[in-house]
Amino acid sequence: MITRIFLVIMLLAAQGTAAQDVARVVYLGIADDPHYEPRPVYTGLSLRDRTRPLDGARVAMRESRILGRVLGVEFALEEMLVAPGEAAEAARVAFAEGALGILLDLPADELAAIVVPQAAGLAINIRDRDDRWRGADCKPGLLHTVPSTAMLADALAQHLRARGWERILLLSGDHAADAGEADAVRRAAGKFGLTLAADRAFQLTNDPRRRDLSNIALLTGDARYDVIWLVDNDGEFGRYLPFATYLPRPVVGAEGLRPLAWHWTFERYGAPQLNQRFRRIADRDMTSEDWAAWAAVRALVEGVQRVGSADPARVAAFVRSDEMALDLYKGTAGSFRDWNGQLRQPLLLATHNAVIARAPIDGFEHRIDTLDTLGVDAPETACDQ
Amino acid sequence: MRTFLCAALAAALPGLTMAGGTGFAIVPNERGDTLSILSADHQVVRTVDTCARPRGVHFNADRSAFFVGCADDDLIAIHDTRTFEVIGRIRNVAAPETFDLHPDGRRLIVSNEEDAAASVYDVETGEFITEYYTGEEPEGVQVTSDGRLVFVASEAANLVHVIDLEADEVIADILVDTRPRRFALTPDETELWVSAELAGIVNIIDVGTLKLVADIPFLPTGFRPEQVTPVDLVITRDGSRAYVALGRANHVAVVDVPTRKVIDYILVGKRAWGLELTADERTLYVANGLSDDVTIIDTDTLTPITSVPVGRVPYDILIDDH
Repeated sequence: MITRIFLVIMLLAAQGTAAQDVARVVYLGIADDPHYEPRPVYTGLSLRDRTRPLDGARVAMRESRILGRVLGVEFALEEMLVAPGEAAEAARVAFAEGALGILLDLPADELAAIVVPQAAGLAINIRDRDDRWRGADCKPGLLHTVPSTAMLADALAQHLRARGWERILLLSGDHAADAGEADAVRRAAGKFGLTLAADRAFQLTNDPRRRDLSNIALLTGDARYDVIWLVDNDGEFGRYLPFATYLPRPVVGAEGLRPLAWHWTFERYGAPQLNQRFRRIADRDMTSEDWAAWAAVRALVEGVQRVGSADPARVAAFVRSDEMALDLYKGTAGSFRDWNGQLRQPLLLATHNAVIARAPIDGFEHRIDTLDTLGVDAPETACDQ
Repeated sequence: MRTFLCAALAAALPGLTMAGGTGFAIVPNERGDTLSILSADHQVVRTVDTCARPRGVHFNADRSAFFVGCADDDLIAIHDTRTFEVIGRIRNVAAPETFDLHPDGRRLIVSNEEDAAASVYDVETGEFITEYYTGEEPEGVQVTSDGRLVFVASEAANLVHVIDLEADEVIADILVDTRPRRFALTPDETELWVSAELAGIVNIIDVGTLKLVADIPFLPTGFRPEQVTPVDLVITRDGSRAYVALGRANHVAVVDVPTRKVIDYILVGKRAWGLELTADERTLYVANGLSDDVTIIDTDTLTPITSVPVGRVPYDILIDDH
């Protein structure tokens, strides 16, 4: 028995014709997901709260209204929150009922259980950046609009290389996601010819016996480096790091200059229009997660537009094909890598209030597509789907 | 005082002024909230304050005034062509980007970038007349010379909407390539050329059947396909030649219209968008958005004459020379 909380939004007024194609897009999440619980910091500060990226999907649906009129297709977004452990079954039912696409906003264990049937619509991961879903644990049919950890690390490494900031002090924490991300940094450093001047773990503690792991001056001293690359998914250590370092060096990664799928101040390639549309609907700034949900819906809509029908299997085949050219509002059209389902995309390197650079950085070339300088390329992939 | 100086300057350069106009070029600077005024001998003679985020510009029917669309002020400013003073404002126009003036001289058809609509205003009273729903981010607007049809490009929906003003409705939505931006009609108005910015091509639509009939691809030497992002385009009055600004590819393409072949690429500044020909079509002005300058091209030799620094992010160009 599936517990479902249904909230169906018909974004296109029904034209009164029963023959009209319905393109059903499902947002699938877990009810009361701890990921979206408030994460108050000491003294109740709200610094890291997350919002479900539904607004991103809603904006993309709104953008499709006129297209629906033109194509005679009714785009409908169904927001489905299920109980823990029931995501796979909910996805199976949704596909069986002809869903065009399912946006997966799921924790890792739920994502692992998802099975994408053949000749069905598309399952698109809009949340999990972990490289394993694009590598050893990849799934046939699963696409990702959220950039992988490897892509994000490569984007930042390109920038450091281009600036000549070649010696890195890597500081990483003990959050569950930190180990994988630190591995991605080490791999990216090797890929782009950067050196790890030091590779240090930090801990959040006041224990004087472990101050070599917690004292910022000690952690950032006794090494010669150009830049500090911080891996800190918890965030409580990192926010005290900039301007407190032993040497006067910039902090990048989790603080300072961050690699992102999207930024609310990006002002090229039509991005201001998307940011303004989003702000008007959501009354907040668009995040990278919102962008991933937006891009997933846009990919489905683009498929419907180019195929000329809302038939899930045909749309899915087109979206996966190399004919796909999705306007990402980041200057270069996107398509999905056939070796692991990852959306090719430029990435932004941004501070808290400005986009400093867009990767791929000029000068990094690829034999086929410069976007494939970001992330794990076809010859190296561990995905054998 | 400044007006006087300006008039004096124009009077002092009689050889350079064109019949029926000052020969001045007017360049809206999107990030500067100003207009740069270039004399016919390619000097910036004046910088005029205008409204916030000025983009599209267009003359009124008798060219005594011109319109400036200001997205961040939600208004269209009307400047006097001689004095450059603001003589009127059309208010409450949601994020205007570009527009075209109907042959009746009264109706201005405006793309409202934020509202997914094309709206129609009476330029004499400033009144809103009507609006038509488009895809997201409408941009280029083109009215046919008989005043019956209006084409509006929707950047985000990859559509060209065809509005029949007499029937008062959208009669067709033509699917084109990724991110359609601007239009040019051939002089006989049988072909509508549409720049598809992200596809890096120009789509050609047959106006009679409203179907896509051809594409023109571009690729200047040394650029990657994704850098070719065409925006503005103009076709000469005799219908022989088209110029297409290639955006990030920093070139203007010269196209032989009958054969639809690219015959040359002219190196200009960074992110070339806006284009305008002088009345004699012997000079082409190019607004380079990311190098903050305007390149001026001799169309006989197809070589740049000079590049003139203007304000921040020049967007479009008007020339007062006829």
